[in-house]
Amino acid sequence: MSAIPVSPGAEDWELPSRGKVAMLSLLTGETAIFTIFVVGYIFYLGRDISGPTPRQVLDIPVFNTICLLSSSVTIWLSERQIERGRIKAFAALWALTLALGIEFLIGTWLEWKKLIFVDGLTIRTNLFGTTFYSLVGLHATHVVIGAIGLTLILIFTLTGHINESHTERIQVFALYWHFVDAVWVVVFTVVYIVGR
Amino acid sequence: MADQSIPIGGSLDITPQEREPLLDRLHEWVVTVDHKRLGILYVLYALCFMLIAGAEALSMRIQLAVPNNHFLPPEIYDQFFTMHGTTMVFLVGMPILFGIANYVVPLQIGARDMAFPRLNAFSFWLTAFGGVLLYWSYIGGFGLYGMGNAPDVGWFAYAPLTTRPFSIGSSMDYWALALIVSGFGTLGTAINIIATTLSMRCRGMTLLRMPLFVWLMLVVSALTLITITPLTAAQVMLLLDRYLGAHFFDVQAGGSALLWIHFFWIFGHPEVYVLVLPVFGIASEIIPVFSRKAIFGYPAMVAASVGIAFVSLGVWAHHMFTVGMSSVSNTFFVLSTMLVGIPTGIKIFNWLATIWGGKVRFQTPMLFCIAFLFQFLIAGLTGIMLSVAPWDWQLHNSYFVIAHFHYVLVGAIVFNIFAAIYYWFPKVTGKMLSETLGKWHFWLFLIGFHLTFDTMHFVGILGMPRSIYTYEANRGWGTLNFIISVGAFIQGIAVLIFVWNVIRSLRKGKEAGNDPWDAWTLEWATPSPPPAYNFASDPVVHSRRPLWDIKHPDDPDWKYES
Repeated sequence: MSAIPVSPGAEDWELPSRGKVAMLSLLTGETAIFTIFVVGYIFYLGRDISGPTPRQVLDIPVFNTICLLSSSVTIWLSERQIERGRIKAFAALWALTLALGIEFLIGTWLEWKKLIFVDGLTIRTNLFGTTFYSLVGLHATHVVIGAIGLTLILIFTLTGHINESHTERIQVFALYWHFVDAVWVVVFTVVYIVGR
Repeated sequence: MADQSIPIGGSLDITPQEREPLLDRLHEWVVTVDHKRLGILYVLYALCFMLIAGAEALSMRIQLAVPNNHFLPPEIYDQFFTMHGTTMVFLVGMPILFGIANYVVPLQIGARDMAFPRLNAFSFWLTAFGGVLLYWSYIGGFGLYGMGNAPDVGWFAYAPLTTRPFSIGSSMDYWALALIVSGFGTLGTAINIIATTLSMRCRGMTLLRMPLFVWLMLVVSALTLITITPLTAAQVMLLLDRYLGAHFFDVQAGGSALLWIHFFWIFGHPEVYVLVLPVFGIASEIIPVFSRKAIFGYPAMVAASVGIAFVSLGVWAHHMFTVGMSSVSNTFFVLSTMLVGIPTGIKIFNWLATIWGGKVRFQTPMLFCIAFLFQFLIAGLTGIMLSVAPWDWQLHNSYFVIAHFHYVLVGAIVFNIFAAIYYWFPKVTGKMLSETLGKWHFWLFLIGFHLTFDTMHFVGILGMPRSIYTYEANRGWGTLNFIISVGAFIQGIAVLIFVWNVIRSLRKGKEAGNDPWDAWTLEWATPSPPPAYNFASDPVVHSRRPLWDIKHPDDPDWKYES
């Protein structure tokens, strides 16, 4: 049996990164979960018979939003640093990203503390409480998971286990963080702008 | 040419080791990350649950065989139809299809494993745990009737039946938690299959050279990502309602039962396509091989698959015509549902065109596929009838609907799952399944299927509603129900013949060899069963039928494919 002549197209063979494909797939699924919760929020908007209403108790979290959105910029800058092998600059920007993420969580904690203890809004108070805590809480859960990931990678970096060969993995994780930020833009718009 | 050795694949020379003790071998199966072993585990797991859910169905058929029967008390009957539906969709349908994909997809694209072998194992064990958790409710679930109360609110679990006042105890929570857990397993597998098909293809395996089964699994996995997740979200909402006192579906506090119905069917309808698209893939592998012709209209098949997936996302409310939507919504969902008929029709005509003029071999896999073609057509036609809102108003929640979706789920999906098992069993085990027993299995199953589900259409039109545990003798449903039950038992016997066939063939089956069907996709280039590494050297392909090219170097396919 003679060798098979090579047909065109088989010589250069490049496939997409499996990590990026998998992360984008996961984020597609996550998008569907958030969509359902956002739809739930919008569906119940203004249907409450009793208060408190969003307008009465919600303050627009401007500082928090600025922090979270800028963490997307810092993580993007840190990706560029590790591509070039500058581990120290990478670590600094990565730590800054983590700090901004944690600031966001602290802001959410303070907001919820005020809502629960001052305004008396819990998940069982009314439909606004039900949908608000579950939607914002779902997003905050994603920020917590992201912060855990950021912390782990920071520890690996500080102990010298990260170098430029890990660029792709860092980029895969950064996709998740960008997604969490992008979701916040939607949640922010729906809950604090449209819903208020 | 077919018996000539195939230059790609093949196994390395490893001297056979001594047989290890049983415990070690079992341990290897538990810790395995090999896609082939996990595929086998998926299929075995699903077959076990298929027998359990089948037994539940048979018990219900005994109860309904004659009027005013007292074989099953009503509360057990409710648990059985809930568990039968939930089991068949989540613990049989999806695991068995994802299991077959787990086994076949990496082999067909010339890869040595899935993209993420450990995620693969994790997904399987999550799914397995979900199934065990659901069935644990028969022992540990507390409900209206005390301990051992399985979920009993129907597989769609409409609110407000699922809220605390109506479903006390924990049986509902078993349902929600089990499906969340197995849902994450399914999600993991879907991600894995997408990453595998996009990033692990062997040299030359361009997207438009992938076997159609791989294509369909890619489409199904993408669809799964946005199908399973809404259910997970809705179940999280349900658990929040039940445990933290939230009000999503709590009508007393302004919540909406309608919202659950929407969320459930936003999952529920695409879910049908998650189940049926893989079996389209199976048919697209088997029909060409047994017709001795290349698949007709490959690009149209791919386009139609993607088209079906898209359309399926916009048809969910045809399950809800009776809840009282506006006539604009009704019209939209009538038309979008009818739209599904176009890409599906393309597929049916392409399969027929593949058989047309072919040298058809009527072996067991092909028999199941041919029955699938007829039955799927009828299921599609009753589907178009039900998509018409006024018709649906008459027959909603009747046995006509039950007959329609069982025509899809059994007549199309289960038939093709059997076809797939007869087709790939030689590759997986190295033994052929017996053709004689296979033909008995096929004909009995076919006769039983038609007795049961054809007749069900008629009791439906006569007005018998679904989910009732008995009926009065003067309704005129008695004879028909008896025929339905007889058919169910014939199907049960056929499945037992199948189980016997598997056990017997494993022990005394004919040796299969590498390529018993003279097929054309890469899995048949490996030994049966394939070694852990699949291919000794990475294959290179030049067309959609790489083994045809090797068997017929004088007339290879790539000359004709653009």
